[in-house]
Amino acid sequence: MVHFSAEEKAAITSLWGKVNVEDAGGEALGRLLVVYPWTQRFFDNFGNLSSASAIMGNPKVKAHGKKVLTSFGDAVKNMDNLKGTFAKLSELHCDKLHVDPENFRLLGNVLVCVLAHHFGKEFTPQVQAAYQKVVAGVANALAHKYH
Amino acid sequence: MSLTKAERTIILSMWGKISTQADAIGTEALERLFASFPQTKTYFPHFELRAGSAHLRAHGAKVVAALGDAVRSLDDVAGALSRLSELHAYILRVDPVNFKVGGGGGPQGPQGPQAPPALTQALPPAQLLSHCLLVTLASHFPADLTADAHAAWDKFLSLVSCVLTEKYR
Repeated sequence: MVHFSAEEKAAITSLWGKVNVEDAGGEALGRLLVVYPWTQRFFDNFGNLSSASAIMGNPKVKAHGKKVLTSFGDAVKNMDNLKGTFAKLSELHCDKLHVDPENFRLLGNVLVCVLAHHFGKEFTPQVQAAYQKVVAGVANALAHKYH
Repeated sequence: MSLTKAERTIILSMWGKISTQADAIGTEALERLFASFPQTKTYFPHFELRAGSAHLRAHGAKVVAALGDAVRSLDDVAGALSRLSELHAYILRVDPVNFKVGGGGGPQGPQGPQAPPALTQALPPAQLLSHCLLVTLASHFPADLTADAHAAWDKFLSLVSCVLTEKYR
């Protein structure tokens, strides 16, 4: 089980407080679909994904990105119980959505890039390290109920 | 996997800006690597790895200089990095299980595709450094690192990682 120090929790929570979940969610999901185009396989009904600008401007991508990142916000509020927090979502991703857990890792790293992109210098190596732990913990938790 | 014309244009145009801050970028990428993925420090027991150390700065500069060699030879990255590829295979011997192909789209980790991702070691070291380089670029050049540029750089850095592990056996 991943353990977060008090400093890590403080760094994570403080930065998260400044994140615009709607914008960052759309940015993260959009970049996932652009940088790793095979991930588009899960979004056949999203309409136009034919170019980077189509993807980044696609309203379904933005809406779904917001949903995903809002859920990620639950991780920030429950860092001591990621597996419990994501148990139901883990079952959903396995049984209904059939998503390879590798994709959670990819999205986690794209999210880290988006945070660096947005916060610049404020996203120090130490803040990044804390976030790498969260995204790894979330990826693990989402994969935990796979069978 | 090879770079399209558009991707090469993006890499070349950003390289101009990157090269003016080459040392700082390389150093910061390494700082990020060691902070987020402490297991990578095992390959540097002979280094003083505190932030701002002379070792870190010198090595960061070296890493970015090597990337510059690759950028100047986008048609033949394997040729440009041939010596480095041998160095990594025969002298440095960073465990080959750590160098996997591709930015996440390659084969699964040693446990196989069914296992959940390992908690801390979710990426091989070459990809860990590629990721930290990308994070550094995103933080220094937000206007330049559009989604298209992000994709081009991720692909280029994957290509470099591939070349560095080509000669393992």
